Amino acid sequence: MKSLLKIEDLVSYIGLYTILQGVTMEVNKGEAVVILGRNGAGKTTLLRTIMGLVNTRSGTLALEGRSLIGRPTYTIAKEGIGYCPEDYGVFDELTIEENLKIAMWKEDKETLQRRDYVLDLFPDLKVAYKRLSKTLSGGQRQMLSISRSLINDNKIILIDEPSKGLAPVVIERLAHALQEIRKHTTILLVEQNFALACAVGERYYIIDEGRTVDEGRMEALMSDKALQSRHLGAI
Amino acid sequence: MDVFFMLLINGLAEGALIFLMASGLSIILGLMGVVNFTHGTLFIWGGYIYIATYNRTQSFLLSVLAAMAAVFLLGAVFEKLFVSRVYGNIPAQILITLGLQVIFTDLVRLIWGATPITVARPDFLAGRWVIGGATIVHYRVFLIFVGLLVAIGIHLLITKTRIGMVIRAGVQRPDMVQALGINIKLYFTFVFAGGAALAALGGALYAPLTGSMSSTAGLHNQVLAFIVVVIGGMGSFLGSAFGSIFLGLMGAVVAWFVPSLSVVANVTLMALILAFKPNGLFGLAVKK
Repeated sequence: MKSLLKIEDLVSYIGLYTILQGVTMEVNKGEAVVILGRNGAGKTTLLRTIMGLVNTRSGTLALEGRSLIGRPTYTIAKEGIGYCPEDYGVFDELTIEENLKIAMWKEDKETLQRRDYVLDLFPDLKVAYKRLSKTLSGGQRQMLSISRSLINDNKIILIDEPSKGLAPVVIERLAHALQEIRKHTTILLVEQNFALACAVGERYYIIDEGRTVDEGRMEALMSDKALQSRHLGAI
Repeated sequence: MDVFFMLLINGLAEGALIFLMASGLSIILGLMGVVNFTHGTLFIWGGYIYIATYNRTQSFLLSVLAAMAAVFLLGAVFEKLFVSRVYGNIPAQILITLGLQVIFTDLVRLIWGATPITVARPDFLAGRWVIGGATIVHYRVFLIFVGLLVAIGIHLLITKTRIGMVIRAGVQRPDMVQALGINIKLYFTFVFAGGAALAALGGALYAPLTGSMSSTAGLHNQVLAFIVVVIGGMGSFLGSAFGSIFLGLMGAVVAWFVPSLSVVANVTLMALILAFKPNGLFGLAVKK
């Protein structure tokens, strides 16, 4: 498989604190890769570092061989990276329509087809299309965040804990949607909900204290209770 | 009734002028989180450039456009060279914008002198109507008209265009706007320069109203604009419009009945609103 995102010994910091202390991973085109780890392991910081929202100290970070280090966030996004942050990043004072429109780099036929695709994928958004986003529930906001990352022809989408704070029935719907999305898109998913991670991911990386400590295929992790217990604690 | 009508026109005209200053200031504060003390200086630069151009060309429209264009560029230079270096650092913003205010106000004195310079109203706006016992100055009605036009223009820009959409989103989540592939810094420059151009428009329209422009006029109008931003809520265009009209009307009434209390009334109003609505009447919840 062709390598898409390649990270080697990545070290990043916020203020005086070094958060990532040597993350190494690779995501191939068409894959769904899950990042697992305990709270505070550095998973969210990893996605923010990829997006250029956290400063890098050393290491390499490249998309299709082009370095992303030191570049402004908007040029990183333009390389073809969609980002769904932990808190959804939805603009409350904009309608759903505007939230989708602001993300469009162009309004050509293909983009409008992708818009129709995400509205079919998440019918809730179609129903509330003209409503302000602040009126949406947590699950609907997550759907909007993911839809926004799919509206352009992105090479990869980074999704940070989509199940956080959502009811089990909503998580189930989300899992189905992500399984559908992974047929067409490369996904790098941070997730604490092991069931969702297993439903979506093909491979995994485990991060602990800012370092990559394990990697492998999801099936192997699912069948190895000792490994789960060692790296992920109570799941 | 005559007095009421006259005060209404005067108050709305004053409100229109304050609005031109406050709307730019409010968006700069709301979107960029920048406490901008150069606004008063940009106001007088607009006034002086207007007068210099008008005295040469006798063209009202050309002079107003020249003032706005020149100060738009000045605002863009301020943002690129100075303000962009101190985003997120409010003490540094205050110091740097106060410094620019001092330097550029002194530059005005160096170029045009310390004494006020005078300018006549253009002929087509120089008249007045006498209705009953009330005297209505054409120019004040013109100011209300311009204020209304600018308000509608900004409203359309903010609600109907992509630029406006980015500005509204940027007020809430500038980091997320960037993560969508949008160069928010470019919009910051545009907004700062646009706010400067609005201040210049205020200065250019103020000069023919008072018949002169002085290097101290900016400070008074800047204070009024800050009061409006506090009353209306930062980042809120509607708040700026409402606050300006309210302050203009209140100023006209107080100045008519108790002139000595004009400043006290403004500050008291601001303190009361801050006490009961700390985010202002229409303030947005801003996340940085």
